Amino acid sequence: MSTASPSPALEVKGLSVEFPTRRGILTALSDVSLTIERGEILGVVGESGAGKSMTGMAVLGLLEPPGRVSSGEIRIAGKRTDNLSDDEMESVRGRMVGAIFQDPLTSLNPLFSVGQQLVETIRLHSDRNRTEARVHAVNLLKQVGIPGAEERIDHHPHQFSGGMRQRVVIALALAGNPQLIIADEPTTALDVSIQAQITTLLRRLCREQGAGVMLVTHDMGVIAETADRVAVMYAGRVIEVGAVEDVLARPKHPYTRGLMGSIPALGARVERLTQIDGAMPRLNAVPPGCAFNPRCPEAGSRCLQVRPTLMPEGQGAVACLLHDGGVA
Amino acid sequence: MRSPLNALEVDQLTRVFDVSSPWLNRMIERKPKRYLRAVQDVTFVVQKGKCLALVGESGCGKSTVARLVTGLYEPTEGAIIFAQANDGTPMEAQMIFQDPHASLNPRWRVGDIIAEPIREFALRDSGEATAVRVAELLKVVGLSPDDAGRYPHEFSGGQRQRISIARALASEPEFLVCDEPTSALDVSVQAQILNLMRKLQDELGLTYLFISHNLAVVRHMADRIAVMYLGRIVEEADTEVLFANPQHPYTQLLLQTIPNVASPNRDRQLMGGEPPSPLDPPKGCSFHPRCPLALDICSQVAPAVRARKGGGAVACHLAPQF
Repeated sequence: MSTASPSPALEVKGLSVEFPTRRGILTALSDVSLTIERGEILGVVGESGAGKSMTGMAVLGLLEPPGRVSSGEIRIAGKRTDNLSDDEMESVRGRMVGAIFQDPLTSLNPLFSVGQQLVETIRLHSDRNRTEARVHAVNLLKQVGIPGAEERIDHHPHQFSGGMRQRVVIALALAGNPQLIIADEPTTALDVSIQAQITTLLRRLCREQGAGVMLVTHDMGVIAETADRVAVMYAGRVIEVGAVEDVLARPKHPYTRGLMGSIPALGARVERLTQIDGAMPRLNAVPPGCAFNPRCPEAGSRCLQVRPTLMPEGQGAVACLLHDGGVA
Repeated sequence: MRSPLNALEVDQLTRVFDVSSPWLNRMIERKPKRYLRAVQDVTFVVQKGKCLALVGESGCGKSTVARLVTGLYEPTEGAIIFAQANDGTPMEAQMIFQDPHASLNPRWRVGDIIAEPIREFALRDSGEATAVRVAELLKVVGLSPDDAGRYPHEFSGGQRQRISIARALASEPEFLVCDEPTSALDVSVQAQILNLMRKLQDELGLTYLFISHNLAVVRHMADRIAVMYLGRIVEEADTEVLFANPQHPYTQLLLQTIPNVASPNRDRQLMGGEPPSPLDPPKGCSFHPRCPLALDICSQVAPAVRARKGGGAVACHLAPQF
């Protein structure tokens, strides 16, 4: 990277993803725009079905057929990737973008030792020979904090505990030296004390390697401790973006506000949690206007007709008519 | 320690599982029998109308305690004593499970799922009275009486958990054991369920034994908290006391480690290591390999449970004497 200001690790503009089904087209993501700078962690948060994992999968080029990108652009480190063929995408994954998934047991092959899997990945993405690759693999394992890396490299995945396995997965994701890492619920399967170890590791590696990280999670706590900026998703759209401190302390969208209120706080005990009634709409029944209007305590007549777009507001951006001409 | 205020007294409860290999393997490989002490010397009391929470990481034995209390497992040693209910018989306990997708029979209509305990215990004498009661229960948990004719797959996770609660309430228990009732739910739905459980507690005078790994949820629900580590209770105290002044190093680290949305603490102290295997627990205090304050004595002698400053109990050599 010799240019003065390197292009962001990830730039997504107006991304829409559709699933054609027998009963019509389901829009899973609509008009999603995100930017992740190098060395920055963007948290993508939302409830199940909000489209947060789908965004990660679209960036990785791993949408399950018949899902397809119907419009928009994805650029990883300045290179456009949404229009690449499957073969070309193969060389982007690993080298430019690494992935960490929720369950470390299913993302590792149980039949091969950790070292074999690391060496294979390293050799695929660089011209190191077998010996050099193995040395690099040991270094990677040391980097992610696995004690006794020289010995542990010959162990199989089942010989590692959950937290250690997730460290191995992170080492695998780093093997190709990618500019972007997609971490999809990386700590959900782990206990709290291990969860803190893994998020701290992610933060450190992201700074050291200057890679951008997209941290997909449903857990606001993990976002609060780990991310620099946060994007809140609802029904396939980004409804609020901003610096973590701003969004958590002064949420602008009524959904974000409700979400924050519904988390039992550790500080003060309240008699009753704020609750958002109802549930997120299914993809085939997203209401017209603002998708959140049936659950929104502040909805007005305009919310039933006009679909809000993400507008800059203060340091961040929010998609709500309250901040865009009023709801009445 | 029998007191009329107590709904449940658990005394020196121990449960050992036999996890040996099959007989033939043991003979050929000359391996001894292996036992897993899932719960060891657990003693606690739940007062009537209150909520006691058991917290801990996976494998600490909290769910085993729940299953022992509801009689799904037989205790190896120790006693579980329920108080007498208003009609003189021992109090009844019901259970709410973690995964509402696995705990409801997918082939049964919701009405039948909720009616089963009513029919089983013959609590109503006619089919119509049962149907009326089912409709009433559905309304209590915030569903519509028409939902009785639908199947579980037609409901979302939060709604299914409401059905589980209605089923648990059907036999009119006074004691509910809730094993991670909201862990499978999204936060906004979790808030709905927690609010519902608090409301039911106020209206029906229920007593809860609440099992969770989530300290924030526990803080919201519980009057008293018992922290478990590797099958033992390491600290027990009233909720506010425990949060204000945790005395066991494990509790302290647990409180520091959990992410706090209100005040993110980026430079928190991390707990090193991982919980050891309960098959091969460390000698002495089972927390000593991870404990930042461990002394020589900790690796040799298991600490006794002592009264704790500010009320409650703690099992640590270093906790200040009361």
